Amino acid sequence: MDINEFLNHFTNLFDDTDASTLTPETNFRDLDEWSSLLALSTMSMIDEEYDVQLSAEQMRKANTINELYILTQAKI
Amino acid sequence: MTFNPFTLEGKIILVTGASSGIGKATAIACSKMGASVIITGRNVERLQETFNELEGVGHNQVIAELTDEDQLTKLAEMVPPLDGIVNNAGIGSKTPISFIKKTDLQTILDVNTIVPIMLTKNLLKKKKMKRGASMVFTSSISGICSVDIGNTLYSVSKSAIDGFMKNAAKELAEKGIRVNSVNPGMVNTKINEYSSVSEEDIQRDMANYPLKRYGNPEEIAYAIIYLLSDASAWVTGTALKIDGGYSL
Ligand SMILES: NC(=O)c1ccc[n+]([C@@H]2O[C@H](COP(=O)([O-])OP(=O)(O)OC[C@H]3O[C@@H](n4cnc5c(N)ncnc54)[C@H](OP(=O)(O)O)[C@@H]3O)[C@@H](O)[C@H]2O)c1
Repeated sequence: MDINEFLNHFTNLFDDTDASTLTPETNFRDLDEWSSLLALSTMSMIDEEYDVQLSAEQMRKANTINELYILTQAKI
Repeated sequence: MTFNPFTLEGKIILVTGASSGIGKATAIACSKMGASVIITGRNVERLQETFNELEGVGHNQVIAELTDEDQLTKLAEMVPPLDGIVNNAGIGSKTPISFIKKTDLQTILDVNTIVPIMLTKNLLKKKKMKRGASMVFTSSISGICSVDIGNTLYSVSKSAIDGFMKNAAKELAEKGIRVNSVNPGMVNTKINEYSSVSEEDIQRDMANYPLKRYGNPEEIAYAIIYLLSDASAWVTGTALKIDGGYSL
C-alpha cells in the first residue's frame, strides 16, 4: 500500500472533481462534490481495498486524504 | 385496578433477538405483563442478563444461531405451543450501491428475511401456533415508509418482511392467527453503533424527527405488547409505524 495508490482509489470515488487537483494534503471536506454518500463510499472503499474498517469517529475527525491513509495504514 | 386490556397473563411468548435492544425490552415487558417468555439470542452473557431481569416464573432461554438450519428447526421443535412470537432478531447495513457484495446481500437477507420466514413455517408445520395466536415481526420504517443513502440492503430485507407479513395475515386468518409488524424509526440500540454516522450527523438526523429524538427500546416493546395482547384481536396485516413522526 502506498499513498499514490490510496489517492487513486479515493479520486475514483468522485465523478465531477478534477482528479489532478487532489493531493494527499487536500481537505476533502472543502470539495464541492463531498457528501454523506462520499463519506460512506470512502469507508466502503477502504474496507473493500484494504480490509480495514474505520470507525465513525475516525472518519469524522479526518480532513485530509493523508490522514485517512495514515489511519488505514495503522489498521492493516 | 384490574382493568387491563393489554394483559398477557397466561400467554406463552417466544422472543428472538432477546439478548439486546428491542428484543430484550420486549421480553422483559412481556414478563411484566404476565406472560411466560422463551427468549433466544446468540450471546450467552447478554441473554442471561435479560433472563435475570424477567419477572415472574416459567421462563426459558435458548442460545441459537438462527441462520443455522438445524438450530432453527430445533428451536421450533423444543418450544411448547405458543400464544405469541416476536420475530425480532436482525442486523443492519450501510453500504453504497456500488460497493454491494453478493455475500453481504445474502447475509442480511438470511438474518432479516429468511430466518423469520422459515421460523414461521417451522412453527406452523409443527403446530406450535395456537388458535388465536399473534405473530409480530420487527420490521422498520426503512423500505415501506422511508429511504436513505446507503440503506438499500437493509430496506430490501425489511420490505420483504412486510410483504410476507401481509400475505401471512391473509393466509393464517382462517387458523385464527393474527400477523402484524412494528415499523420503528431510529431506536437507541447497539444495531446503530457500527454505522458511519458521526455525533453531528446524529444530531442533525434527530432534528428531522418531529418529536426531536430517537426512540427507546421500551417504546417499541409497548407496541409489540399491544399486538400480542387480545386488545388487538381485530388487527391483522397491519404495519404499525413508530417513528416519532419521522415519515410524515
Ligand atoms: N434500532 C433501530 O434503530 C431499529 C429500527 C428499526 C428496526 N429495527 C429492528 O429491530 C430488531 C432488533 O434490533 P435492535 O435494534 O434491538 O438491535 P440489537 O440491539 O443489535 O439486537 C439484535 C438482536 O438480534 C440478534 N441476532 C442478530 N443476528 C442473529 C442471528 N444470526 N441469530 C440469532 N440472533 C441474532 C442479536 O443476538 P446477539 O446480540 O446475541 O448476537 C440481538 O439479540 C431488528 O430486526 C432491527 O432490524 C431496529
